[in-house]
Amino acid sequence: MANMELEENANVKKIMHVLRHAPHGTIYTYEGLEMILIMAAYEQDLSLAFIGDGIYALKKNQDTAGIGIKGFARTFMALDGYDVEKLYVDQHSLEERGLTVEDLVVDVEVMSSAEIGRLMKEQDVIIHH
Amino acid sequence: MLHTINKSPFASDSLETCIRFLEPGDPVLFIEDGVYAVQAANSFSPLIEIILKSNPVFALQPDLDARGITLVDNGVKTLDYEGFVGLVEEHQVNSWL
Amino acid sequence: MKIGILLKEGPYNHQASDTAWKFAEAAIKMGHTVDAVFLYNDGVSNVTKLMDPPQDDRNIAHRWSELSKQHGVEILACIAASKRRGINDDVLIEGGSITGLGTLTDIAIRNDRLVTFGD
Repeated sequence: MANMELEENANVKKIMHVLRHAPHGTIYTYEGLEMILIMAAYEQDLSLAFIGDGIYALKKNQDTAGIGIKGFARTFMALDGYDVEKLYVDQHSLEERGLTVEDLVVDVEVMSSAEIGRLMKEQDVIIHH
Repeated sequence: MLHTINKSPFASDSLETCIRFLEPGDPVLFIEDGVYAVQAANSFSPLIEIILKSNPVFALQPDLDARGITLVDNGVKTLDYEGFVGLVEEHQVNSWL
Repeated sequence: MKIGILLKEGPYNHQASDTAWKFAEAAIKMGHTVDAVFLYNDGVSNVTKLMDPPQDDRNIAHRWSELSKQHGVEILACIAASKRRGINDDVLIEGGSITGLGTLTDIAIRNDRLVTFGD
């Protein structure tokens, strides 16, 4: 049994999605989220890292009605239902923007850049959006 | 892990962001407009010198040539596309787009 | 080594398509397998045969088509990103096809490396 689990784990890849763009000025974060939602169905070891302006995608109180673009902040709240639970936020980027976890729509793990850097090094695949 | 940077440091914070996440020993490769970072004696030269103390730094020669950069910071190694592939053989890739 | 490429930017607007192509050529020359080039975001515009640059400029779609013909590299455009941008089967280069993000996930899983190019 333990062997079987080990064998299964060998086929699971660690894939990290790095979100570094603000949400509406470009499509990168939105299409990144679409990619993440599909990959979530493949039972890989997925994680998301929000760095720099990527943090703005998680900001509360976004109302895109006036710019003619569909909002998607709430979609991040659905990630939990897809078993995507590793959401890391770069502390430096968060503080730089005068934000705290209270300003974000989902529960995240705030980490130092060095800690996220160590996690990056463990990944099989890293995709920046 | 191989970190690639493709933006001019004068236009983007990619370089300064990347180095916060860099683990000692991991190579940094400048490509496309990223190569402007390693032109000798610019305002990023002191930063490149600091990175070089803990990490190997590379720049893609065809991108340097295309931009008329003939002199790079001391310690920066240049390579061609096959050299780029060679780094990818040795490392997983983190492209800081 | 088996390599997958993810290309996230449109042709001409940015050097990403050129770098990705040069990288793929070098990898193949060195004996590696380039499994697929997956096109995402504006990258899907790399596969339209309707592009018609001036004679003295490179034809980026043609390059991808040749890479596919000569080395069996799959050139795959994401269906969701393609639909958004008006790319469909009618405009595809020879060797190109439209597929889902599940295929990208498979590419990420089955290759030794996934190398991303983009803006």
